[in-house]
Amino acid sequence: MKDSAINKEGLSRIDGRLKVTGAARYSAEYTPAGMVYGVLVGSTITKGSIRSIDTKAAEKAPGVLAVISHFNCPKIPGYQIASTEAGKPEPKGTYKLFYNNKILFNGQPIAVVVADTFERALFAATLVKAQYTSQAYQTSLKNNTASAFAAGENGESKRGTVAAWKTAPVKLEQEYVIPSEVHNPMELHSIIAHWDAEDKLTVWDKTQGVKDTQDGIANIFKIPKENIQVNSKFVGGAFGSALQVWPHEVAAIIAARVVKRPVKLMLGRADMFTSVGYRPHTWQKIGIGATEDGKLVGISHEAIGQTSTYEDFNEEPVSVSRSTYACPNVNTNYKLTALDIGSPTWMRGPGEATGAFALESALDELSYALNIDPIELRLKNYAETDPESGKPFSSKYLNEAYKMGADHIGWTDRSPKPASVTKDGWLIGYGMGGGMFGAYRDQATCRAVMIADGTLLLQTAVSDIGPGTGTAMVSIAAEIMDIPAGKIRFEMGDSSLPYAPSQGGSSITATVGSAVNDACKELKEKFSQLAGNTETPDYTKILKDHNLSKLEVTTASKGGDNMNKYAMYSWSVHFVKVCVHPTTGVVKVDKVVCVADSGHIVSPKTARSQIVGGAIGGIGMALMEEVIIDHRYGKLVNNNFADYHIPVNADIPQIEALFINKPDPYINPMGAKGMGEIALIGMAGAVANAVYNATGKRIRQLPITPDKLIGINQSAMVNGS
Amino acid sequence: MSDKKPCKSPDNEVLSGESRREFLKKSTLLTAIALTPGVAVKAAEGQWDEKLAGVFEKMLLHVEVNGVKHSLMVEPRVTLLDLLREQLDLTGTKKGCDHGQCGACTVHVDGHRVNSCLTLGVMVNDKKITTIEGLAKGDQLHPMQEAFLKHDGFQCGYCTPGQIMSAVACIREGHANSEGEIREYMSGNICRCGAYPNIVNAIQEVKDGGQTV
Ligand code: FES
Ligand code: FES
Repeated sequence: MKDSAINKEGLSRIDGRLKVTGAARYSAEYTPAGMVYGVLVGSTITKGSIRSIDTKAAEKAPGVLAVISHFNCPKIPGYQIASTEAGKPEPKGTYKLFYNNKILFNGQPIAVVVADTFERALFAATLVKAQYTSQAYQTSLKNNTASAFAAGENGESKRGTVAAWKTAPVKLEQEYVIPSEVHNPMELHSIIAHWDAEDKLTVWDKTQGVKDTQDGIANIFKIPKENIQVNSKFVGGAFGSALQVWPHEVAAIIAARVVKRPVKLMLGRADMFTSVGYRPHTWQKIGIGATEDGKLVGISHEAIGQTSTYEDFNEEPVSVSRSTYACPNVNTNYKLTALDIGSPTWMRGPGEATGAFALESALDELSYALNIDPIELRLKNYAETDPESGKPFSSKYLNEAYKMGADHIGWTDRSPKPASVTKDGWLIGYGMGGGMFGAYRDQATCRAVMIADGTLLLQTAVSDIGPGTGTAMVSIAAEIMDIPAGKIRFEMGDSSLPYAPSQGGSSITATVGSAVNDACKELKEKFSQLAGNTETPDYTKILKDHNLSKLEVTTASKGGDNMNKYAMYSWSVHFVKVCVHPTTGVVKVDKVVCVADSGHIVSPKTARSQIVGGAIGGIGMALMEEVIIDHRYGKLVNNNFADYHIPVNADIPQIEALFINKPDPYINPMGAKGMGEIALIGMAGAVANAVYNATGKRIRQLPITPDKLIGINQSAMVNGS
Repeated sequence: MSDKKPCKSPDNEVLSGESRREFLKKSTLLTAIALTPGVAVKAAEGQWDEKLAGVFEKMLLHVEVNGVKHSLMVEPRVTLLDLLREQLDLTGTKKGCDHGQCGACTVHVDGHRVNSCLTLGVMVNDKKITTIEGLAKGDQLHPMQEAFLKHDGFQCGYCTPGQIMSAVACIREGHANSEGEIREYMSGNICRCGAYPNIVNAIQEVKDGGQTV
């Protein structure tokens, strides 16, 4: 009865057919009757206030139904609550749309134009003219590090002696910088909002979590959350950008209320750079020291990340230095600088991806200073228990991952001497870097219904931004129920279904998978009881015998005490071979091997794609992605795909994704840990380390664009270091 | 007529074989306004001039999409992409940038791949369009769709219709002779989920399989 495909190759995506035929509908692709279009107008100044907005021409333009700004916006109840006693500054928090006349960043939405067609709304938006009073602004992190303040309570931490690294016989101190990077999922953020009644709302929305979006909207509009229906059946990528209710969602909901018709609002690509968050530009400094034979003595890791003036976004890039390697003395310090720019947000591998670039680069630098192989250096400082909490790991096979990756990339071909290997006029280099991310199991509920015809229906409110959640859940259920995957229907992306958390933090397979597991086991048990035996039940026969049309269970599931007893992490290690052109400085990634230690792999086919996708995100981070702001105007100048580069097909070689695939005995019944974040974390360091091995030039400021490598021709050829 | 599919937008008259001029002549309201200056002034004051402009500014478009013939009145500024998505409810073609920079909107116009966001609807008059919805033969998927499924050539699926339309054209153009060539000629289609290696494998399989695409 078993679907043999599940165990070997893994299932093909259960929603694949809908995706390859164009039948999968994403948030902007519904047509409630009478739907009209909203287009946002953005601020053209960076800081100051709005004196007036001339909306006459726009209102007169054909098809225009409304122009809404802070001048005429209906009161948004959730915003009022936050206002505090007179004289005190407002508490910080997410940006409030059309709240007052203040401009806090360039591109901030100041109005929404609603018209009967998209073209008419788009044109009318160009007719809205605002008068501003401008103020001086700061958009440069570099020029404002002096005003940095401690990032939350965990801004500072120490283990052992502060700055112990300085006493080590071999030591180095370096600065590492990452620019801001933008998620840029291919699907533009969009929403269709429709008020079914005065206090009843339906939205088709791009979100990583229908339940969180439901809560978020309920908080802003102060209506009971049961009255809000959130649909998000297909999500065209997000990578962290759809974890909160953004201003454009609020704009569409208000607009729909004002014009009393459903309103569709789809951001333009340029808005995607200013309106839905980004990975924050961060400066880091690492001091690291070791004994002559490569034992770490101490690490000091400082970071200053940018945030907005209205919200403190804290992602703790320095935590990697506390947990990755066994090291007795570690001190970290994390600060934020508030700039006149929109708020950053979680982006794939939040914090860790930034921190790991610095730490893995520093380890590599240390390996050359010590003349020890980078893998050997990591093995010498291998943490057998969690260095931070002292707890045992629930499972850790990272040492096997190092070996597996090294074998597959051909690590023995790597020369320990930089800039010493050339082939066909290109410099060749190898590098590696690792990543870690907490493995979490949250709580979720699954309804499992066995129907008379033998179909198993699974329902839970999770979203799938791409990794193939439904496919993984069906794989789990097929295994337990011992029925073919084709007999299972998985329903999700609908806030009326049982609770599931947002898809983020690499926790969905562990969390929702557990709920599916528990629900299926409970349902199967129910059948066994009915049948009076414990063998694999014949579901349809039992239902028929008992004259039942269906049998169902709704099961809530959450992690137990094990999460307190053990330190739970997923690990990855990335190996990269690069070719660098000595004259132009062009870096070509020639070969990539990624190994994930993320427990039991429940859905191998989609898991491989997830690792490959994360690795490609990491290559983008390493080699091309960079938000560029013209600080004279506080304006982002490369807000499009021609100027903000992300990898295209020609940039990417075949990528080998390998799994340790050993179950974690403590995290959940499947033994599965997350892998969305670790797929990317550590990759940028691996590429930078490979570039150094190829060229002898250490690039500590991402991205590694050709201009930073120009001139290697001479140095590489002359002294080879 | 059986091959005509009424479009959804209320602003779009479905005409059969009329020229734009004939259509305008028939509009008695327009004729009356044109002959009566007083009415015209009143109309202008009541913003009727804009409404009239709205009608005047539309053009008649004959186009065949996935084998279905359409005759529509469209504003010349409407892109083929928005025409497909917003007026014909063919949402399989995706909008990723609206600027010709991502390939999500790729469709075939008379068999050639184009970015439908960079193509105005009125430019495809009398042409044949194939979108992702028109690639399969009923229940039978196109070999490229099958290959994308088999090789897992996507994750979120948003770039996928554009990738598949591009991939089919890539083979038809004779630009799929090696892995390197495929990568190069598929680089107009961005996939942020990073499915590139799987996409290349899918295309190679279809190419090597020798089926007609
Ligand atoms: S939407 Fe047409 S190329 Fe991006
Ligand atoms: S599959 Fe998500 S962008 Fe390509």
